[in-house]
Amino acid sequence: MKYFPHTQEDIEQMLAAAGLKSMDDLYAEIPEQLLFNREFALPEAMSEIEIRKFMDALGKKNSQLVCFAGAGVEDHYSPSIINPIISRGEFLTAYTPYQPEISQGTLQYIFEYQSMICELTGMDVTNASMYDGCTATAEAVMMCVAAAKKRNKVLVSATMNPKVKRVVETYSKYNGVVIETVAEKDGVTDLADLQNKLAGDDVAGVLLAQPNFYGIVEDYSGVAAMCHEKKALMVMNANPSTLAVLKTPAEWGADIACGDGQSLGIPMNYGGPYVGYLACTNSLVRKLPGRIVGSTTDVDGKRAFVLTLQAREQHIRREKANSNICSNQSLMALYVTIYMSLMGHKGLKEVNKRSYAGAHYLAEKLVATGKCSMAFDKPFLNEFAVKTSVCPKTIQAALLEKGILGGVRIADDMLLFCVTEQRTKAEIDLLVETIQNI
Amino acid sequence: MIRNYDKLIFELSKEGRVGYSLPKKEIDGYCMCCGLPDNLKRETTPELPEVTEFDVVRHYTNLSNKNFGVDTGFYPLGSCTMKYNPRINEEMAAHPAFTQLHPSLPVECAQGALEVYYNLAESLAEISGLAAFTLNPYAGAHGELAGLMIMRQYHMQRGDLKRTKVIVPDSAHGTNPASAAVCGLEIVEVKSTANGTVDVEDLKPLLDDTIAGIMMTNPNTLGIFETEIPEISRLVHECGGLLYYDGANLNAVLGKCRPGDMGFDIMHINLHKTFSTPHGGGGPGDGPVGVRAGLEQYLPNPQVKKDADGKFYLECDEKSSGYVSNFLGNFGVIMRAYTYILTLGRENVKMVGPLAVLNANYVKEALKGDYYLPIEGVCKHEFVFDGLVDKSTGVTTLDIAKRLLDYGYHAPTIYFPLLFHQSIMIEPTETESKETLDEFIAVMKKVAREAAENPDVVKSAPHSTPVRRLDETTAARFPKTTYKQMKG
Repeated sequence: MKYFPHTQEDIEQMLAAAGLKSMDDLYAEIPEQLLFNREFALPEAMSEIEIRKFMDALGKKNSQLVCFAGAGVEDHYSPSIINPIISRGEFLTAYTPYQPEISQGTLQYIFEYQSMICELTGMDVTNASMYDGCTATAEAVMMCVAAAKKRNKVLVSATMNPKVKRVVETYSKYNGVVIETVAEKDGVTDLADLQNKLAGDDVAGVLLAQPNFYGIVEDYSGVAAMCHEKKALMVMNANPSTLAVLKTPAEWGADIACGDGQSLGIPMNYGGPYVGYLACTNSLVRKLPGRIVGSTTDVDGKRAFVLTLQAREQHIRREKANSNICSNQSLMALYVTIYMSLMGHKGLKEVNKRSYAGAHYLAEKLVATGKCSMAFDKPFLNEFAVKTSVCPKTIQAALLEKGILGGVRIADDMLLFCVTEQRTKAEIDLLVETIQNI
Repeated sequence: MIRNYDKLIFELSKEGRVGYSLPKKEIDGYCMCCGLPDNLKRETTPELPEVTEFDVVRHYTNLSNKNFGVDTGFYPLGSCTMKYNPRINEEMAAHPAFTQLHPSLPVECAQGALEVYYNLAESLAEISGLAAFTLNPYAGAHGELAGLMIMRQYHMQRGDLKRTKVIVPDSAHGTNPASAAVCGLEIVEVKSTANGTVDVEDLKPLLDDTIAGIMMTNPNTLGIFETEIPEISRLVHECGGLLYYDGANLNAVLGKCRPGDMGFDIMHINLHKTFSTPHGGGGPGDGPVGVRAGLEQYLPNPQVKKDADGKFYLECDEKSSGYVSNFLGNFGVIMRAYTYILTLGRENVKMVGPLAVLNANYVKEALKGDYYLPIEGVCKHEFVFDGLVDKSTGVTTLDIAKRLLDYGYHAPTIYFPLLFHQSIMIEPTETESKETLDEFIAVMKKVAREAAENPDVVKSAPHSTPVRRLDETTAARFPKTTYKQMKG
């Protein structure tokens, strides 16, 4: 077995050195009835040649489609140099930077990641990353409750992506947080309902989405003041790619920003790995879970980076912890850091412009088919919902035949389409023509 | 010289440089700048670097040179199972037939991916002796949380609402109590005996109808097998609680005995430890959670199922403990772990634990004359020293760890478990050769000699690393966590 270096001679010498006679002696203390004595019902070992063929065959059972689906996961361009860099063994096979003297590579890229996330969101501070956008948002909710001390209610807008909301609800159910939904009106958060639900002076935080689940860029003017007047924190789940052009969570007055970094060039990967981000104002830094990297110097005065503010973490008072996250999603943080470095503010803006143009072109053409109408008359960027006069399932099936993943069905008569910079005019035209011909 | 590289990516920035290319514009007449209302647009420009592609390649390559990974050298970090991360796993995870799949694909378009998920879940069930697995949790700690949610949901569904306490041994991994707290459980600590195992006599009085369950790892964090586990299982089940197995130490018993057979009801596995997926500097990992028969319905949603025709589908059970992730976990990591199991096959899986245990005992026996071994006997995959035998030198565990860096090793886990003041926890894993271990043993002995003869060289270590000991106090007192803050 190529992963086991032990020769028979090695085994004999090592057993003898350890004062043992046989390999069975290594488990001598284990009660007989606990020992596993049959063959595993697993396949026999495969060589690399066989594994490649096996996975190729499995891969053929997946359909490779032109993607117009979004709903939190978008088909963006991934620059070629990212994979070779993150595959370097020094990054790939390291663990959490416990020994900073030999982990400056990891620590510095996390510092750069933190810097870039703060640039995009406008927030003061962020941690070294979270598992994904859903769990980052759930942790944001727990931060609100921890900061509020005696309040355990958090309001969530009905325009939040349901995939995020259900993870928030799961964490909350066990953590004792009460989640209440703020109604939506014409595709956006109903601010009158929000005001009503804040009136009881018992709300720890308000969770909003930007752009929201329907792709709408919501106008949150005045919302921060509304929240802060009632001593509730404002949390914004925002798509980081769009923050190159959209008003930032900080500019809206949010206390916490969170979301999924998948839109920063990470392949869709059937749901993961992605990377979550969680950022906040300086005043909340002690409640921020996970690792944080800070700059410092070594004994020779050299600039260096180190895990810092660890007194906030579960190391201390772990039985009263507000979060159990130990590490982060480090390699994916590196992924998006390289992406943001390559794209810069101009590249990110360009990606948004292309996506905007493609999405608005598609929307106009879809409406012109007579089979779709805009679900909402609100500003959007790269994603929008349409009402369909034919069953969305029929539309999706027709598109599938043409090799197109045509939107996400979000209601019995509603489809959500997302257009990224990867979609060509020909692909959009084929989608429109297919629907036209139904 | 490359190790002296000390630039931040921001410091390479020069206005006008670009690192990307996009196709020619095809669609005109839809201008974002005029179409989007002004009050929705950001007011400032984000200060991201303006660099070329080559700048980026060279920068991060230079940063990688300041890092130590399993590929670099021996990494005996206890409880982290830093084994070799095979490259075929990486190749399969990057297989283009799997990387471009959107999670909302109709299941008939993702049968290959679902089959990988299903097969890995089945393999883990066989290896661990449990009935069913979810692969949705993202990490070990996340798996613990998901597992405890299952435990709570089981009690809640039976209307047994007063079970809100969980028993955790004093030697447990720090995440156990943290996960329990986040899951809304109160922690009750059970003491260890002098030989490091759970004190059954201390456990007995804790067991009543408020106990949701117990969290254990076996072997425990001292690398000692809990031989009383059948009795503990009987006692906890008798009181109506469930047994949770923290799979962080699964490598020790892989192929030799199974948590399900020990009486555990719920467990998590760290794919990035036992199943060779890379740690990635702290993630992404994956933390599958398994349950015994009768608890399957409480696994997190969605669940991957197979119908009578062999077609895979997704199911959301209303009795489920809920949703813990975006979709089906870190699918890329699942691809890697499945590839590892295929590579090992049934004939080699059973050798993982024994060879890991052999390596640990070999190192322990060779070093126990120089380092103080508080608990004698055959250990499992790891063991703990309590500092040097000779405490008179003033050299601490931290100093020893730092000195090892000078000799080209990653340090063991230090100051954990908390049962001892000077813990040094060593886990060699099965993928290290006798020659590597012999060299490590020689260096550990040399450090012990240095501690006696020239303690200052150890106390001021490391000397040859890219940076030396850091000023952590100032970092925490005046935190600078972004480039903007650093510039002031």
